[in-house]
Amino acid sequence: MRLARHRYRTVTRLSGELLVANRILAARVGELVTVRSADGRAILGEILALDRDTILVQLYGESAGLDLAATEIELTGAVQKMPVSRAMLGRTLNGAGQPIDGRPCYLAQAWRAVTPRPINPAGRAAPAEFIETGISAVDGLNTLVKGQKLPVFSCAGLPAKELVGRLLHGAGPGFALVFVALGLTFHELSYYLAVLDRTRADCVAFLNRADEPVMERLLAPRLALTAAEYLAFDLGLDVLVVITDLTSYCEALRQISSTREELPGRRGYPGYLYSDLAALYERAGRLQGRPGSVTMIPVLTMPEDDITHPIPDLTGYITEGQLVLSRDLWRRGIDPPIDILPSLSRLMGKGIGAGRTREDHRTIADSLYSSYARGRELRRLAAIVGREGLAARDQSLLDFAAAFEAEFIHQGDERRAVGCTLDLGRGLLERFGVWSHG
Amino acid sequence: MSGRVSGVCGPTVRSDAAGLALHERVAVGRQGLTGEVVRLEAAGAVIQVYEETRGLALGEPVTGSGSSLEVVLGPGLLGRMLDGLERPLDRLLASQGPFLEAGGALPALDDRRCWPFTPGRRPGETVTAGDELGWVSEGRLRHPILVPPGRSGVLAELASGSLTAGATVARLADGTAIPLGQRWPVRRPRPYARKLAARRPLVTGQRIIDLLFPLALGGAAIIPGGFGTGKTVLEQAIARHAAVDVVVYCGCGERGNEMAELVADFAGLADPRTGGPLLDRTVLVANTSNMPVAAREASIYTAVTVAEYYRDLGLDVLLLADSISRWAEALREIGAALGQMPGEEGYPTAMAGRLAAFVERAGAVETLGGRPGSLSMILSVSPPGGDCTEPVTQALARACGASLILDTRLAHSRHFPAINPQASYSLFETEVRDFCQETVAADWSSLRQRCQARLRAEESLAEVAEIVGLDGLQDRDRLTMEAARLLRRRFLAQSAYGTETASSLAATAGLARRLLEAGDAALAASAAGRPLAEAAALLEIP
Repeated sequence: MRLARHRYRTVTRLSGELLVANRILAARVGELVTVRSADGRAILGEILALDRDTILVQLYGESAGLDLAATEIELTGAVQKMPVSRAMLGRTLNGAGQPIDGRPCYLAQAWRAVTPRPINPAGRAAPAEFIETGISAVDGLNTLVKGQKLPVFSCAGLPAKELVGRLLHGAGPGFALVFVALGLTFHELSYYLAVLDRTRADCVAFLNRADEPVMERLLAPRLALTAAEYLAFDLGLDVLVVITDLTSYCEALRQISSTREELPGRRGYPGYLYSDLAALYERAGRLQGRPGSVTMIPVLTMPEDDITHPIPDLTGYITEGQLVLSRDLWRRGIDPPIDILPSLSRLMGKGIGAGRTREDHRTIADSLYSSYARGRELRRLAAIVGREGLAARDQSLLDFAAAFEAEFIHQGDERRAVGCTLDLGRGLLERFGVWSHG
Repeated sequence: MSGRVSGVCGPTVRSDAAGLALHERVAVGRQGLTGEVVRLEAAGAVIQVYEETRGLALGEPVTGSGSSLEVVLGPGLLGRMLDGLERPLDRLLASQGPFLEAGGALPALDDRRCWPFTPGRRPGETVTAGDELGWVSEGRLRHPILVPPGRSGVLAELASGSLTAGATVARLADGTAIPLGQRWPVRRPRPYARKLAARRPLVTGQRIIDLLFPLALGGAAIIPGGFGTGKTVLEQAIARHAAVDVVVYCGCGERGNEMAELVADFAGLADPRTGGPLLDRTVLVANTSNMPVAAREASIYTAVTVAEYYRDLGLDVLLLADSISRWAEALREIGAALGQMPGEEGYPTAMAGRLAAFVERAGAVETLGGRPGSLSMILSVSPPGGDCTEPVTQALARACGASLILDTRLAHSRHFPAINPQASYSLFETEVRDFCQETVAADWSSLRQRCQARLRAEESLAEVAEIVGLDGLQDRDRLTMEAARLLRRRFLAQSAYGTETASSLAATAGLARRLLEAGDAALAASAAGRPLAEAAALLEIP
């Protein structure tokens, strides 16, 4: 901490959430500053860059009303930190980490920097413990394991929040939840709050609504992950982090980047979007020799339903798989509309099999996958030549694909234990005689 | 040689220090962050810092080292996990805990470890660069200690017995000391006597590669593929099974969990060639996506320098990088931070040239000591949206001799490795053909051609079937398609897990021959007038 308090009125430029001031002494990159407007309002900011005695500050909060002459800057000498405590569970905070549930702030057990040091890859433990979500398309075919980051790729108008609600509900009582809402509408937010209220007490929620500052949209996931790491690696809890919607996060990042007049990359997103997303996603994991895990489910909306858009594309390169929702399935009444062909769980192999789920899990999953893929291909063919133009075996693959969607993927409100999911899959393969198809 | 920090923006630091050289390694700030001089101006130096700059203040010291970014090379690298600057991540774990601190420097070679050195020369003998001074045992590897490039003279002293990495192995008459652990600047290729033409195949154990798109020892290949097409799984399968002496695996901006899985797997698996743990023939360079971006840029140079070192010992070395696109992204981020004028898709205009120069470090060589050695490269590429027309894939395709293109449609139907047999190619086929015909199978080349012909026939028939339906095809054509499907399912697809993980060249040739012959028999039966079902039954081979 600084011993003397220096205040400066040397602001030379204000633009959106950015402030430039000069004649500042001994500033540090990442240091927090307090900015006071003429009417005494205080806004927190962070030093982004230094050039001789000039600093570039990113403001967390509403910058409207600031002026060049009267705005006062005070350096705090501290980097952004977050008070963390077991008592966070059960609380609701805003995007800046302040309680908004009408109760006083919890007592901090520790203060942690919100942009932590990366996990040493040599210190990670390979994720291998199965998590039962109760959803057949996930448990059976895209198995989630503790410490994994498995995003949901949705499209506007698809029931992503219902799927997330189900995952929040489904992750057993052993899990602590960290829920992060970024730029959500009131409508979406009230849905999630109802889910959380109904199901869990051991949850901490960070909420940033669509009409709240975009800077808090960038800060909230960092605060939340700092809390998650504390709960997991200090207290030994299994933590499930759900962040929705990452598309709002990336748009906020693009907005700030263009305010900074940075060179735009693909579709105007900054060239460091990959590294920035990685700094969030890579905080999921497990540590060798320590209990606790951070499992992450980021949710994003694919603009124009396009999986090659930079946001899903870069996300897919960092996360360990993805669950892709399909408009086509949803139109046909399949709920949840998870399209298993582009979906993938990279860590599934270690989480399934004898002693974890069941010995025949891999065989069933592979058979379901390849038979369904072939069935989908045949649908295209059948559309051209007609069903009768297909061989008998191909006709049964067609029937299998339909039944697989209606009975295995579709499950409505039902929760299925993994054994039940596998029996269902095995039953389908046997019913249509497509079991041996490789 | 020293000065102060005058500006910070992300990984780019400005300093008023005078007397620094371009590409000189510098220590920045009180924490001693590692940086490299990337630009010199009248007012001072612009430094690219390889570590997190958060917390750095104006006025903190900047000190030059007098040398460029270097790594230390010697026994003790095998089995290690290093970061992009060659810091030993496994040892940092013990000293710092599970989170990486900035500035915490530990040498890559553990100085507490002793190596029993057996001298092979005597004082008074004249030695030149590349000559063997003696050797140590590094696990199962007889690790020769060589006179480093640029050194020669009369041996004045030669050590023997137990030596640490920092110890002097030999001293020349002119006073030059040769240490066990030698330093080398990562951006400068290590010299060799001459490059040799590639003749021997790089056996990967993957049937589709070894028969249809063979690689050569000393060659470079790329694996482009969108996410989910199995680049990492394929690279790791090759790292496990490739018939080489040393594998350097560079996780360049990749996932931390996958690196953890790789280490766990490699520690548990045995190297089929030696019986020892697979990890003992492997060096891992891991700069995951959330580690500092500038160190990611350096990581492929660190990896290739380590690989060249083992090549210089006369070994066959394979460098796998996953993925080069992440390296290019790092280059783009750094370029933007330095205010460089961007070229195509925002990449610096120097990108293609730097990639080509990097790939040029691959090759089969005669080392300075006259031994044959080889450095092969397999580089995975992650084209945005799976679109291979983008600049990184294109730049690498020009520089590399083979391209194994992974196909999203094959991956979706869980056909792995999802190598597209129509779009992929290898220019090494002609180079390794003679070797395979002489040592594996006389009909090697014809097997390859027959496989490809059958797959091509299927492709053109599939277009017809789209229109007229399978039943609209003649029996002969339906059999041709079935025969090709047999080939795809039984030969081209190869699980990276389970029992059938690697295939020897002989087994690969044998299986191809068996499947082709079954197809020929079915077609012949049909031509002889036998009913379709009867002919198709000939394809049902166990």
